[in-house]
Amino acid sequence: MTWETVIGLEVHTQLATHTKIFSGASTEFGAEPNTQACAIDLAMPGTLPVLNEEALRMAVMFGLAVDADIGKISAFERKNYFYPDLPKGYQTTQLEKPIVLGGHLDIELADGTTKTIRIHHAHLEEDAGKSLHEDFHGMSGIDLNRAGTPLIEIVSEPDMSNSDEAVAFAKKLHAIVTSLEICDGIMAHGSMRFDVNVSVRHKGDELGIRTETKNLNSFRFMEKAIKKEVERQIDLIEDGGTVLQETRLYDGDTDTARSMRSKEEANDYRYFPCPDLLPIEIDQAYIDAVKASLPELPDARHQRFMEQYQLSSYDAGVLGDDAATAHYFETTTEQCGDAKLAANWVSGELAAKLNSEDMAIQQSPVSAEQLAALIKRISDKTVSNKMAREVFEVMWQGEGDPDSIIEARGLKQVSDSGAIEAMVDEVIENSSKQIDNYLNADEAKRPKMLGYFVGQIMKASKGQANPQQVNEILLNKLNALL
Amino acid sequence: MHNKTLAELKIGLAKREFSSVELTRHFLDRIKSLDENYNSFISVTEDSALASARQADTNLSTGEASALCGLPIAHKDIFCTNGVRTSCGSRMLDNFVPPYNARIVDNFAAAGAVVLGKTNMDEFAMGSSNETSYYGPVKNPWHTDCVPGGSSGGSAAVIAARLAPAATATDTGGSIRQPAALCGITGLKPTYGRVSRWGMIAFASSLDQGGPMAHSAEDAAMLLNIMAGFDARDSTSAERKVPDYTATLNQDIAGLTVGIPSEYFDEGLNPATEQAVREALAELEKQGATLKDISLPHSHLSVPAYYVIAPAEASANLSRFDGARYGYRCKDPVDLHDMYMRSRAEGFGDEVKRRILVGAYCLSAGYYDAYYNKAMQVRRLIKNDFESAFNEVDIIAGPTCPNPAFEFGAKGDNPVAMYLEDIYTIAANLAGLPAMSLPCGFVDEKPVGLQLIGQYFEEARMLNIAHRYQLATDWHQQSPAGIQL
Repeated sequence: MTWETVIGLEVHTQLATHTKIFSGASTEFGAEPNTQACAIDLAMPGTLPVLNEEALRMAVMFGLAVDADIGKISAFERKNYFYPDLPKGYQTTQLEKPIVLGGHLDIELADGTTKTIRIHHAHLEEDAGKSLHEDFHGMSGIDLNRAGTPLIEIVSEPDMSNSDEAVAFAKKLHAIVTSLEICDGIMAHGSMRFDVNVSVRHKGDELGIRTETKNLNSFRFMEKAIKKEVERQIDLIEDGGTVLQETRLYDGDTDTARSMRSKEEANDYRYFPCPDLLPIEIDQAYIDAVKASLPELPDARHQRFMEQYQLSSYDAGVLGDDAATAHYFETTTEQCGDAKLAANWVSGELAAKLNSEDMAIQQSPVSAEQLAALIKRISDKTVSNKMAREVFEVMWQGEGDPDSIIEARGLKQVSDSGAIEAMVDEVIENSSKQIDNYLNADEAKRPKMLGYFVGQIMKASKGQANPQQVNEILLNKLNALL
Repeated sequence: MHNKTLAELKIGLAKREFSSVELTRHFLDRIKSLDENYNSFISVTEDSALASARQADTNLSTGEASALCGLPIAHKDIFCTNGVRTSCGSRMLDNFVPPYNARIVDNFAAAGAVVLGKTNMDEFAMGSSNETSYYGPVKNPWHTDCVPGGSSGGSAAVIAARLAPAATATDTGGSIRQPAALCGITGLKPTYGRVSRWGMIAFASSLDQGGPMAHSAEDAAMLLNIMAGFDARDSTSAERKVPDYTATLNQDIAGLTVGIPSEYFDEGLNPATEQAVREALAELEKQGATLKDISLPHSHLSVPAYYVIAPAEASANLSRFDGARYGYRCKDPVDLHDMYMRSRAEGFGDEVKRRILVGAYCLSAGYYDAYYNKAMQVRRLIKNDFESAFNEVDIIAGPTCPNPAFEFGAKGDNPVAMYLEDIYTIAANLAGLPAMSLPCGFVDEKPVGLQLIGQYFEEARMLNIAHRYQLATDWHQQSPAGIQL
């Protein structure tokens, strides 16, 4: 019998506002604990929330980018539960009247076809703080820096049928929100976090019981968690069991999941409209103004990259889907003037390096300007491709400017034909035996024998001689001896 | 000095009949010698009061005096005061010293007022008798075996007992008007959104509103001038120009139509109270106003709707008091759950717990529609009642409370009987309308209050009517026995 998987996603996306959704405290990542929590974030008595208009605008931008309706009247509610990282004892969120209604986006499947995934809604809410369980001698520490950071929670319809589609959807969302510059997209900072709802059924049956696996913070973990959960549910049913509606936690480090709470244990959040915040009324003029200000979206950029830079669809995707990568690529191209080399370096050397160190492109120690400077040295033949990789390695270590690295390490390619000629002459002089062999050899065998001389010359130049020139000069000299 | 109104004291200061330091010392001395009889203050801020008074005297002498320069007032202990404990009448906040001021506290500081201290109140403003305060009940200066009303009982009592000429207060279901009535003073609840709620500890956010308490409508107008105004830190604050409330006090009231809601004169009203109120209405008629019988047909639903909505909001508003960041924390909690449970069990009093339970129940799955949603529907009906009424009348008048002050413990075992004391005041909060209470007579030597309910943002007209009434009567000038010490 064929099993079918049904997947829906809830994506918590941190908005890239400077200040929090209801207070003036900074949202910058990585500050000392509790240095970015003001009286409002601490839920001090008598303090009141005021909506950050920037967060609202960003939510509207997202809605327009996925072709959704914008709620003309949207409202905040209080979701009540006690937890130390939730200072007010309720989360201010939206339930009945979310800001973004409906919407859809297309994902590309492995076979090259596209599939439309519908979005149910997206709502504005505040993030919670963090509980820290280490280094407190059996107690817990609370860091409220993140408390009140604006989020949009994007809720998909259950339109995905395997982990690949879920990942493609998540990556597309990532591409959209980073292109809109409403989210920095840095997964390691928790800027996007995924809850996955998974159920299985026999083809044609009614929807099965679903489980929710919460707080997955990378595409890889999401993929693994979904596969694991699908496998678990199928095994369970095939062994005669039933899936329980529950919330599960996945541990990426050990690739294991466990039940967190069952439906029966689920909280009653006692939602009700937040009386401290009036409903938001949005008029068409506001929506039109936001629409007019939307930057280029990933699908449009994909198309443009193929046309403007003559990239393959694949390369246009690699370089253009993520806004930060696209920006990096375009800056590099603009500065070095060679789109092909820039594309090769950004999607090759740089991507590999970022990948191996699990870094986002914004965190790259080599800036687009610096990479462009290096590519220029390849174009003008100051360095070979091989040398350039060496220089890049040094740049990655934080030494910056490629020219000074090339200079300091003596990596400059020797293109001075006089100098190369001298080296060639010297090698010919010191290799009389090999020269004799060469001259007496069959014409067909001679090209293979050139390697020896080239090797000697490169050795003499400490690898810095321009190999093309070496070949050229050597061949001329040898031909003259014939 | 202590029998003078704020307006009179202002003239006295301007004429150098006394200095602000003398005035402040006089009230501080009275508090010291008399407040043990009333228990109306939770904190007295003698040093900072005298420092402000000295500053005020300097400013008065150099002619830099702002509106309330050198005039003593008291703040209800629900308003956060930077560096001064703000308890909200609760053990939960007995140790809480805010590092910020409520907006209105800043306003009064900027106006040059001298703050004598923080007044006693029902715990988290939940009560109609001041019996729920962690600091013990306030006693009614007219009859110390009677309640002063609540929750702003402390603010009402300090004025009645002449321990301060004016005070701030808050009103969620009658907490300014009912104690004003029971203590024989003038109190005003502004339109919802007129006075910033920033730094005012929330009970029920959609109903809470700060306002003034004083001897007279004129004084209340002076205070409201300072309190009212837009505040960008309060999203429910009204972005609307503030008139000078003292400028129109003397306007003629002839030709105004006063609506008399039949529902406010039903069988629950004490006949002697009714008689005092009817006489007050006759005085308005005498001055040329027309009395018109009206109906507010959903009045009987205001108490039940209020006791769903207010506790529902309170149940969330009071969640922040969890022992984690400030306020009361139980001794030696063994784990998080224990800390939450015992801190809240030990930090909150019975009435607060009752309302949190009721509120959480009304919002819980399966009950939300039957209670919260239904109450919100009723709230709209009540609002509609007023809107229809104001098509025909300029102001609505009636009793503030069904009865004069009752004795301590009289309703202690019966929360519903206590809740019914607010039967005439609650509707204005549900509708968000401005309303006030002013003295209009006595029953068994206990003050009776006349309530006025105005159209949205028409505090000025309400104050105008009240002032004209007070020009013709002297109920507001009466003081309890033994006050002339």
